[in-house]
Amino acid sequence: MKLTQGKINELLSESACEHNHKKDGKGKNKSCTQVAQPGAAQGGCAFDGAMIALVPITDAAHLVHGPIACAGNSWGSRGSLSSGPMLYKMGFTTDLTENEIIFGGEKKLYKAILEIKERYNPAAIFVYSTCVTALIGDDLNAVCQKAAEKTGVPVVPVNSPGFIGSKNLGNRVGGEALLEYVVGTREPELTTPYDINLIGEYNIAGELWNVLPLFQKIGIRVLGQITGDGRYQDIACAHRAKLNVMICSKALINMARKMEESYGIPYIEESFYGVEDMNRCLRNIAAKIGDSVLQGRVEQLIASEMEKLNEALLPYRKRLKGKRVVLYTGGVKSWSIISAAKDLGIEVCATSTKKSTEEDKARIKELLGKDGIMLEKGNAQELLRVIAQTKADMLIAGGRNQYTALKARIPFLDINQERHHPYAGYEGLVELARELDEALHSPVWQQIRKPAPWEIELPSVED
Amino acid sequence: MATITTPRKSVAVNPLKQSQPLGAALAFLGLKGVMPLFHGSQGCTAFAKVMLVRHFREAIPLSTTAMTEVSTILGGEDNVEQAILTLVEKSKPSMIGLCTTGLTETRGDDMTGILQTIRKRHPELHDLPIVFASTPDFKGALQDGFAATVTSIMKELPRAGETRCNQITLLIGSAFAPGDVQEIKEIVAAFGLHAIAVPDLSLSLDGHLDGDYNTVTTGGTTLAELREIGSSVYTLALGESMRAAAETLEAQFGIPYEVFTSLSNLDAVDSFLEGLADLSGLPVPDKYRHQRSQLQDAMLDTHFFFGRKQVSLALEPDLLWSTVHFLQSMGAEIRAAVTTTKSPLLEQLPVETITIGDLEDFEQLAIGSDLLIGNSHLAAIARRLHLPLYRLGFPIFDRLGNGQRCTVGYRGVMQLLFDLGNLFLEQEEAQTRH
Ligand code: SF4
Repeated sequence: MKLTQGKINELLSESACEHNHKKDGKGKNKSCTQVAQPGAAQGGCAFDGAMIALVPITDAAHLVHGPIACAGNSWGSRGSLSSGPMLYKMGFTTDLTENEIIFGGEKKLYKAILEIKERYNPAAIFVYSTCVTALIGDDLNAVCQKAAEKTGVPVVPVNSPGFIGSKNLGNRVGGEALLEYVVGTREPELTTPYDINLIGEYNIAGELWNVLPLFQKIGIRVLGQITGDGRYQDIACAHRAKLNVMICSKALINMARKMEESYGIPYIEESFYGVEDMNRCLRNIAAKIGDSVLQGRVEQLIASEMEKLNEALLPYRKRLKGKRVVLYTGGVKSWSIISAAKDLGIEVCATSTKKSTEEDKARIKELLGKDGIMLEKGNAQELLRVIAQTKADMLIAGGRNQYTALKARIPFLDINQERHHPYAGYEGLVELARELDEALHSPVWQQIRKPAPWEIELPSVED
Repeated sequence: MATITTPRKSVAVNPLKQSQPLGAALAFLGLKGVMPLFHGSQGCTAFAKVMLVRHFREAIPLSTTAMTEVSTILGGEDNVEQAILTLVEKSKPSMIGLCTTGLTETRGDDMTGILQTIRKRHPELHDLPIVFASTPDFKGALQDGFAATVTSIMKELPRAGETRCNQITLLIGSAFAPGDVQEIKEIVAAFGLHAIAVPDLSLSLDGHLDGDYNTVTTGGTTLAELREIGSSVYTLALGESMRAAAETLEAQFGIPYEVFTSLSNLDAVDSFLEGLADLSGLPVPDKYRHQRSQLQDAMLDTHFFFGRKQVSLALEPDLLWSTVHFLQSMGAEIRAAVTTTKSPLLEQLPVETITIGDLEDFEQLAIGSDLLIGNSHLAAIARRLHLPLYRLGFPIFDRLGNGQRCTVGYRGVMQLLFDLGNLFLEQEEAQTRH
């Protein structure tokens, strides 16, 4: 994929993206085009986003073409887990030095690809361009093509220099690379009427493994895992699925839409968080591709899971009831987590809507009730202010806000990329309850809020 | 003595080194009220921030000029200007620490010129120091970026003044953790000397709970202290990489200096204390005489476990130097030494070869060792080779307490002996039980 300005604009104005519906597909996705503000910008770059979307393909080598910063500060630290190959956890980079910056890095890149093939024999090699290699004008596509011919291994160029935009845009660049170079390049050995793809689920902390057994029980086969715990060849066959299920994120919506266009695969948007969403997800899949038999199986499964779940949650519901939390996370996940919190009897008194679409916002409003606060912007100070104002008991947010909360002596739960606990599916809800209970009721809170005995002012003798 | 090799290959696999801007950020973070600012695209800052947060488990102030494709081509002046103005308005820093990245170095932004223009246009910034360090990603490693930054701080902030006979400057390299800095300061203070430590991570990244939320560092070397460095009577440079910064002070103010390349073995601590005694004219305090005897005793108890052990290290040059000497002082042998960047120390290291390379090289060289030493990325290698790992360096994200870790002074060395000794001991027990 050659990344021209036209291509970038197309990705930015992705028409199936909710952000743009209101404007007949002409407007640009707000969270994608928002130009980072000098001195204020916080987020990751497009390269980061592309890696988030593609690195979970576990049997591929991911080669970063650039100086050390991009790979050196990020390799091996992604939270997606693998049930098999560990190649994706290795950091490959051309580690460009001054000489190559001056004379061009194409030769080194070509040799690097050959060396990786020789030493690691990957299922495929994804090659990411970065700011510096884009600036010096290395022709990624040409090198990848030549190297693919030479090695016989698929070599996929991902034109993702950080400076083209945000993480969100990078996700799409990643999706685009899959569409152009991977999906449809292979035929599956067998197909069933119950084949689906999961899109945008990255198996962070092993969340996928809470859900796959459920699909298995009702006879649904996941053909392409895009990309959590994914295998290159499976994704290459993904065009034979009967349904695309987009998970909790509009990040790869371009994939779903284009696969509908090119292969006639319909898509639905679902979430694995909370009882209601999980139930709805299973029912919707059954309604889309199944018959009454499958639907019957789904109802049976839901009934038995609910029974188990209610029993498992009983002790936690008692301890969590009436607790108040402030939620700060990106996009669709907001409503999804709110509904999970509600399942546990927790009240969400404020949530972020920064990356949410109008549709999301309406839904969030409904879930929050009339006193709920919707946070448009959210820096650390703002968050602390809202927590104080709403007398919330804890903050649920991404890792970057962890120390904002802890330093203010407020309990915290991490729900983003770096988290270590899987919260998806029915089992995930129990895990979430356990973690919330632990965070809220830890004996440390009382101690760290307590002033030293010599700091307590004694009432003066006269009173 | 050592031969330095750099494997000829086109791909770095599992890189050991981190980029210079990360080192710059770390050095700036040891100043009080500072906001480090990367001149580059936003992703570099985000990655660096995540790394630092994961290692120190602290909120880390770090900002970006948020260069885009277009602003890169046009030049970064507007972005630098806007970033500085926004930071001044929002965070009210007492200093800004500006450094470049690979992107803006490739473009070749004239930073001195840019800063001059901005200062001319904004007289209100007159009292705000903006320290600048050039730190391209495509050269050197974290240690170089850290050192370049300390040199810049020393060039730009100290002012000449009347010499104070008990004031010394400590320049503390990237090999030292906040806990080390704290111990060093305590030792120096015990000699009645007033030390200005730069950068002072022991007040900013040590991990402590204080009052309000802040967007800049709440502790570290203050601007007032930095200004007064011109009045110091002596500079102690800790880590070879601090030599250039010490030379700067000598050139500007005629302050003599001495470099201590290690504070992590008996001899090294001895000569450090001897130096302090000379400087202060005071005898070594009883406390340290006692600690010295404790260390010697610990060496006796632990030497059984160190003798002839094969150890492989993947560390930045300064830390490699001090750790190799520590190990050899206990009778252990160096199986493999991999490092990130050039240093005049490397050739003098009493080992056969040193590889400037990555962890792929390391994994091959380390086969047959008894122990690995390096950052958290070595954990996977340790698992594959079934070897114990002692975590040292940066980043360490699978161990707690990195802000407090101390491996210097008699006490720190003793702790190091016990920690490594216990690893060896555990290994021996496991083997005999079979
Ligand atoms: S912003 Fe550019 S140089 Fe920085 S990490 Fe992202 S791709 Fe690499």
